[in-house]
Amino acid sequence: MNVQNPAQDFDELDSVCVRFAGDSGDGMQLTGTQFSVVTALEGSDLSTFPDFPAEIRAPVGTTFGVSAFQINFGSVEVSTAGDEPDVLVAMNPAALKVSLPGLRKGGLIIVDEGAFNKRNLDKAGYFDNPLENDSLSDYQIQKLDITKMTLESVKDFGLGNKDAVRSKNMWTLGLVLWMFGRPRKPITDWLEEKFKKIPDVAQANIAALNAGHAYGETVEASSNLHRYHIGKHKEEPGEYRTVNGNQALAWGLLAGSKLGEIPLMLGSYPITPASSLLHALSSFKEFGVITFQAEDEIAAICSAIGASFAGSLGVTSSSGPGIALKTEAIGLAISTELPVVIIDIQRAGPSTGMPTKTEQSDLYQAVCGRNGDAPVVVLATSNPQDCFDVGIEAVRLATKYMTPVMVLSDGYIANASEPWKLPDIDKLEKFQVNFCTNPEGFHPFKRDPLTLARAWAKPGTPGTLHRIGGIEKSYDSGHISYDPANHQKMTNIRAEKIANIANDISEQSVSQGNEGSKLAVVGWGSTRGAIHQAVKRARGEGIDVSHVHIGNIWPLPRNLETLLKSFDKVIIAEMNNGQMNHLLRAEYLLDAYSLTKITGQPFKISEILECIRVQAGERS
Amino acid sequence: MNEQTDVKKLTFKDFETDQEVRWCPGCGDYAILKAVQMTLANIGATPENTVFVSGIGCSSRFPYYVETYGFHTIHGRAPAVATGVKLANPDLDVWLVTGDGDGLSIGGNHMLHVLRRNVNMQIMLFNNEIYGLTKGQYSPTSKLGTRSPSTPYGSVDLPLSPCAFALGAGARFVARGIDTGLKELPLTLARAKDHIGASFVEIFQNCIVFNDKTFEGFTLKKEAANTQIYAEHGKPLIYGKDRDKGLIFNRDKFAIEAAVIGENGVTEEDVLIHDETNKVLAQMLVELKSPEFPVVCGVIYCVEEESYDHAVHKQIEDAKKNGNDDFNALIRKGRTWTVE
Repeated sequence: MNVQNPAQDFDELDSVCVRFAGDSGDGMQLTGTQFSVVTALEGSDLSTFPDFPAEIRAPVGTTFGVSAFQINFGSVEVSTAGDEPDVLVAMNPAALKVSLPGLRKGGLIIVDEGAFNKRNLDKAGYFDNPLENDSLSDYQIQKLDITKMTLESVKDFGLGNKDAVRSKNMWTLGLVLWMFGRPRKPITDWLEEKFKKIPDVAQANIAALNAGHAYGETVEASSNLHRYHIGKHKEEPGEYRTVNGNQALAWGLLAGSKLGEIPLMLGSYPITPASSLLHALSSFKEFGVITFQAEDEIAAICSAIGASFAGSLGVTSSSGPGIALKTEAIGLAISTELPVVIIDIQRAGPSTGMPTKTEQSDLYQAVCGRNGDAPVVVLATSNPQDCFDVGIEAVRLATKYMTPVMVLSDGYIANASEPWKLPDIDKLEKFQVNFCTNPEGFHPFKRDPLTLARAWAKPGTPGTLHRIGGIEKSYDSGHISYDPANHQKMTNIRAEKIANIANDISEQSVSQGNEGSKLAVVGWGSTRGAIHQAVKRARGEGIDVSHVHIGNIWPLPRNLETLLKSFDKVIIAEMNNGQMNHLLRAEYLLDAYSLTKITGQPFKISEILECIRVQAGERS
Repeated sequence: MNEQTDVKKLTFKDFETDQEVRWCPGCGDYAILKAVQMTLANIGATPENTVFVSGIGCSSRFPYYVETYGFHTIHGRAPAVATGVKLANPDLDVWLVTGDGDGLSIGGNHMLHVLRRNVNMQIMLFNNEIYGLTKGQYSPTSKLGTRSPSTPYGSVDLPLSPCAFALGAGARFVARGIDTGLKELPLTLARAKDHIGASFVEIFQNCIVFNDKTFEGFTLKKEAANTQIYAEHGKPLIYGKDRDKGLIFNRDKFAIEAAVIGENGVTEEDVLIHDETNKVLAQMLVELKSPEFPVVCGVIYCVEEESYDHAVHKQIEDAKKNGNDDFNALIRKGRTWTVE
């Protein structure tokens, strides 16, 4: 390495946002994931945003086939995947076209100029080659013939042209590793393991990786390529890994089942973006977890309800359209008061909507979406690591109160990764799941006076034989009852049971700022990171603003009304058309400002910050 | 049959609940309930290990009347709920009660898959060829031309044959019974219980209010000998009051024919021997329609294959033997790092 060459010196940065964009088949998700792992291993804080099309292999070179992976990492706290990438790696014209509008002015674009041929330019809808006119003059451009250099680097391995070209993502990764001074060893280890059975492919990929890295090391001072150093982020001591939301949720559910010593059965049906939860839980066989890929969404939840009736904890996972199909069965679980955990990984709706894009528009469906007066517990996850805790809490509440618990996550949380301090299960609080085995005075709707939960007697237990169903039951015997006063009483008790859970969940805290400040931004779910950063910056500008993040959606925390009314003004920021705003207005007559975004993309920090400034300014 | 030598042998009365049965007077369901309670007593069922699961419809009120565990679920979904029960606890003996609307219309998909998967349970489909609880609309098994409140000019769609559907779905056990057949039905149900896997039993059930006498052509006791065949494995498919009729196979037409022994050169040796392991034969037998043919009852098809619940639990047991259930190790698999 030429230490005299300024291009080889490191500039110090607090944080940087890099976006890898290419064709669906270019391996951008893989590149991004591997870069994230190395970044995490080096001790940076990070947050990722895989942004990919619904098509498995969209036509090559098209804009709708662009698959991107964005990572924001830093020595400072990083809680979103970044508003505007500082570095864009574009593997073809379509990737450039799609990603350019989000790029920071003055940011660096690394393009594979080998892919900027007439055919690809036409497909992307470029009349002129943007590399050859001044349309990119606001940015720093680094043109590299990555395709050619990749082919050169792997020529000794005897791969066909197609396979050889596929290594270009590793060439690119090698270059980016050089840019940020990250080690290659974790990647070469991973490649050797992944391609254990085809060592030629492993070695070719490693050669491409090394070639990309070596290219960086020969860069001259005149180049737009520079090296940046991002230091370690100060984390609490402990053991860490990266985790995405669905993985953490699967582990959380498993942990809940261990802490409550209750067997878990998942009934599920594949749907984007929830399927990876089914995949994860399917691999926990040695823990005794049963997974059932049902014939449809309805069968999936019905099997979970059957499992709960039999004395396991039934879980079902889906996304919005699938939850809609499960609706009637959720009512059955409410009526029979059986514990079921229902996971909704929200995506853009209505109907099929945009399956791979994120949204928070199932709030109404979760809280209100059933026939009859049918309350359930609703919890929301706010980031990947939170998914673990929410998974445990869902198991605890469902079994303690004999109720369905709906967990709202979303496509962004499901796929995004961040560092997670690994818990020790032996240090997590256990909870007791009670089964009724005493025939004395038993009937299936005999209630615990404190929790109002009904007695859970599982088949196989002598002396507690009973029959239950979706028909209204007598409060006093559990037998079928059409008595008018009884239906009123049962409706009331079902509502009271859920409302009472507000006494068993955390009170609402202020995550930044103070109760009674002039302005508060209220959020729930995956908007947490963006709101956190926006509020932090606004406070830095001297604006008296706080951040309240609601995790318990139903019942709402018992102090929430008082807390919200302590602020002069409240902004409710959410990725839907104002559902939480309506809910809080309905509950508390709260007159809040509704900040909404329904584009399938997460909030940018700047969007929330701008809203804070405007709302704060209106007051002065 | 499952012989058990319990200290105290339960009788059918032990399987009655304290709930008043609320079917219409004269409904075929009463006889089926009695047959099931008798079956449970005969096979030595333990009430606490027995679960009845039903969907919605007249038939689906059944669990309330059997002194075991019971779950009256939602329309059409009983097979899915029952699958969950059986997966969670394979030691439970699961009985599913459904009807032609519940099991073949709104729940047709679930019925298909519970049979295909071969989940170990007994499925009793009460076929009355009508929607009773919603007051008389035609069902997917109603005969062509059925006049009902929703088909005042007669139905125009072809009815489904439940047993043919079950065989098509891959059922490993298909049988038929008649509501009033208190002698045969318990035997058939006991065979269904013996069979490991999804045992499908279609029970012709008379709806006295909305579709009375629809099966009279072959269920009238005095004509039964001439209009029904009770199939028994290894025995000739002979019927008739004088045991003078039989089913023969016409090779030229590749079809089953009803023949009189001694006429047209047909001898007793020509009569088909019932082979309950022969699926092609079963498919032919279930399609024989009254009055041209006797209706075939009893166990029509039965083969043993591993049940779904068994296979699922075997995978888990194997995984437990080979893997370890250390949660802390699980979440530390892959690349981790330590912050000092």
